[in-house]
Amino acid sequence: MAAFEPVLLQRLNKPECKTLEGYRADGGYRTLTRALKEMSPDQVTTVVKDAGLRGRGGAGFPTGLKWTFLPKGNSGPVYLCVNCDESEPCTFNNRYLIECDPHQVLEGIILASYAIRARVAYFYVRYEYGTGTRTMQRAIDELYAAGLLGKNILGTDFSLDVFVHRGAAAYICGEETGLIESLEGRRAWPRIKPPFPAIEGAFRKPTIVNNPETLANVVHIVERGGEWFKSLGVPPDPKNPRDAGSYGSKLYCISGHVNRPGIVELPMGVTLRELLEVHGGGVWKGRKAKGAIPGGNSMGICTEPEFDIPLDFNGPGKVGCLGLGTAAVTVFDETTSIVDVLHNICRFFAHESCGQCTPCREGTAWMLKIVERIKRGQGRLEDLSILEEVADKIGIMPGTTICGLADGAGWPVKTAIRKYRDEFKAYLREGTPKGGTSSGMRLSMAAGH
Amino acid sequence: MATVYVNDKAVDIGDERLNCIQAAERAGVTIPHYCWHAALSVVASCRMCLVEVGERKVDEKGQVAIAMQPKVVPGCQTPVKDGMVIRTADAKAKDAQERTLESILLNHPLDCPVCDKAGECLLQDFSFQFGKAESRMVDEKNTPPNKPDLGPNVGLFTDRCIMCSRCVRFTREVSGTAELHVVNRGSHSEIDVFEGHPLANKLATNVVDLCPVGALSSKDFLYSQRVWNLKTVNSVCSGCSTGCSILVDSNKDIVYRLRPRFNPRAQGHFMCDEGRLGYHHVNDSARLGQYLVRGEQGTKAVEWAQAAGLCREKLAAEASKDPGRVWFVFSPSMTVEEAWLLANFAQKLSPFVKLVMGPVGVVGEDDTYPKDRKGRPAQPVKFTIRAEKAANLRGVRGILNHFQKDRATYQQFLAAAKSGQVDACLIAAGQSPQVYKPSVEEGDALSAVRFVAVQQLFSSPLTDRAHLVIPASAFSEIEGTLVNHAGLAQATKAACAPSRGLRTDGQFFLELLERKGLVHAANLRKEIAKAVPAFKPLEVGDLGEYGVFCEKLKEQS
Repeated sequence: MAAFEPVLLQRLNKPECKTLEGYRADGGYRTLTRALKEMSPDQVTTVVKDAGLRGRGGAGFPTGLKWTFLPKGNSGPVYLCVNCDESEPCTFNNRYLIECDPHQVLEGIILASYAIRARVAYFYVRYEYGTGTRTMQRAIDELYAAGLLGKNILGTDFSLDVFVHRGAAAYICGEETGLIESLEGRRAWPRIKPPFPAIEGAFRKPTIVNNPETLANVVHIVERGGEWFKSLGVPPDPKNPRDAGSYGSKLYCISGHVNRPGIVELPMGVTLRELLEVHGGGVWKGRKAKGAIPGGNSMGICTEPEFDIPLDFNGPGKVGCLGLGTAAVTVFDETTSIVDVLHNICRFFAHESCGQCTPCREGTAWMLKIVERIKRGQGRLEDLSILEEVADKIGIMPGTTICGLADGAGWPVKTAIRKYRDEFKAYLREGTPKGGTSSGMRLSMAAGH
Repeated sequence: MATVYVNDKAVDIGDERLNCIQAAERAGVTIPHYCWHAALSVVASCRMCLVEVGERKVDEKGQVAIAMQPKVVPGCQTPVKDGMVIRTADAKAKDAQERTLESILLNHPLDCPVCDKAGECLLQDFSFQFGKAESRMVDEKNTPPNKPDLGPNVGLFTDRCIMCSRCVRFTREVSGTAELHVVNRGSHSEIDVFEGHPLANKLATNVVDLCPVGALSSKDFLYSQRVWNLKTVNSVCSGCSTGCSILVDSNKDIVYRLRPRFNPRAQGHFMCDEGRLGYHHVNDSARLGQYLVRGEQGTKAVEWAQAAGLCREKLAAEASKDPGRVWFVFSPSMTVEEAWLLANFAQKLSPFVKLVMGPVGVVGEDDTYPKDRKGRPAQPVKFTIRAEKAANLRGVRGILNHFQKDRATYQQFLAAAKSGQVDACLIAAGQSPQVYKPSVEEGDALSAVRFVAVQQLFSSPLTDRAHLVIPASAFSEIEGTLVNHAGLAQATKAACAPSRGLRTDGQFFLELLERKGLVHAANLRKEIAKAVPAFKPLEVGDLGEYGVFCEKLKEQS
């Protein structure tokens, strides 16, 4: 395979492109100009839909299809919400996009708003992204000054306002209806669905929520066409009629116990092993890997022998993980205690559960209490089956919660226990980890941000 | 016509828009639920009402096929439609319910022995019916600190809370005052108020009724009774002319608590704090407890029948001289039946005696809820505390209108008494002190009257001037009919017996009339319905839970 020429990260090392002038000199906003003059909103939607672009936020829902869910003949306002509440641990792809190439994201936002006929777009960004927030705001100010935002953009009758909304830092704000509630000034308790946001979202009006990386992809799809996009990535599995394929490139984040943590853009379908060995420089300190989280904490854990899975929308599912998630790979080395890993993950979800649905509110906290006790050396064998059971029964998949946070909280617990059962049992017997403790694990996960 | 199948039992729900909980109720099946409440918005967050749903289809050959959904769904959030199948007791639903209960109980202190809610607690009931007997959690429970002063009337046992958020939604959607909210996240979530903004709205204590567990508690009722010792009867609040349907909880003739009773025709689900706490005078030891005769030799107590006899004789004697100088003052708080009996007695003396409507307390203006952020009334109105503090103005007026169309006012009565144009009067059935307190001037006006009989709850300037003091009955001691502002006639039942030696107002009037027997409201209603056209709807006798409308009474003035 020839070396892949980055698309989304093509301006990663061109700091001059952070300004409107530099971005334009590099060919930016050409696509937007062409689309506004030559294409109808429906044509833009069709191009995106035909390209098979799937959301980069975690669930992988087809973006163009989502746009078509807006009510037909709607005369009232439609909103675009950009979900940059990137709170999945070890995920930082959108941070790179908004800090290094804000205009690419903004061009995507304007294109998407044009396609869905939105006149207002909200850029919801997590509190911790101070630099990103300021960079985006500067870029937006430039666009207003240049007539690329505001009334009658580029002399057409399309008008758009973009507002940056800085969240107050909660994982649940990344859930699209939680984000909308937070945007409206309320507690970010996810809404019950239906109605879905495309029918009734922000301020009770039809709303589309998209990830910045998804919107950045829109620019290139409109520019180069769906065929180009489909030439990248993995086509649908012919044996699975419901598979929509994993086209395009993806920003993979690599963190944890690796030599070269960072971000790399690759066509979908790279194996976890290739990502670790080639792009992440292998496991640190010459050690071996013990396992990895393939796409953010909520996707579950895969063991070292499972590293050959392709990181596309289907791959992680083949080894019992929830899905691709945010494609943020966190590797932990052989000295890491799996109990520590699980404790850290449980702590995160117990802290971030919004507290609305009983099974998640109580379940996440209970799992944490059990794992804490196991870690203290007071675990019992039946704790494993309780953990597995609780993890299995909470979430939107069995239908016991409103949003997917609980699924994500349960998945790492059950995959960890199923895949490392022997180690758990040994720990329960001896009351201490087999390797050392791994304070390094916690540090590196925090360093993801 | 839509048919829903609940646990294989077909229920016809017509064209109503119901959710699974309501549809199942029609089939006699309880779907346990905490966060859902008919008067509040749906949040589907407690996940107690998880059920399995599916669709029942019949093909051309008459073959029935049922396609069930793979997940459990919250019954409160799922609207039912024709052909829908609801399964509440199959393995998946039962498992989900058990798990939710186990989760709710993880951090619950299980302090039922000292909890006021015990005995009427949904957590107890559902745990018994749907839950497991033991918890698998061996770790320490969360022990958040209690908040005994959430507001002047309400306290919070934080650890008992199951975070159903009913109280929060009540203050946002019904009272509109939005004092309550959730603080913190996950299993550390708590209900709280902002500093300096206590839960002090006039509907605040409703959150105690809404609370499915013992977390929110009424300071008034706290630790005063175990609920299984309480006797509950249906009654009507006499605080204002809204006439909220209520439940009176008493034990051994002492009233301990009033609670709202759902009535779509009256007030809905709630009641105001003023009405709720307006029962304390009933148990007051300062209430009049004896029939007193005041003469030249001083004051002496008499038996009730003696008192009635004396009253009858004196009034009859005065009426035989000049009936136009004998006055009867009715109270707007007395029941229709009492007014009817007293008016009949007056008529029996002479058709020319004067009937007067007593003083009607009016306080400010009608107070409607919800309020908006600035405390102004907002639409649509969900609850009204009325300015007119009379429980049965329209009912008593209806009776009086039947006998005398042109009546003097209470002020004219006082003026007549002052100027010596009154020989005898009976001021009937006192009102509770919250509603009306007679003034010294009113008492002084009676100084020239030869015979004054006053029926009151407490001694007052009026009783000080009375030749015969008749202890009146409180709202909790009488049975009868009260007609609210909209002409809704509701039945109120007696929760307690009058104090020893006393008789109820109605019984006293029967004695005046020399009628045998006890006050039987249903029979009296039939009698009134036959005689007074405006009360025709009362002919049913039993007014049921919700009461009946007497449209004509609403229009009369």
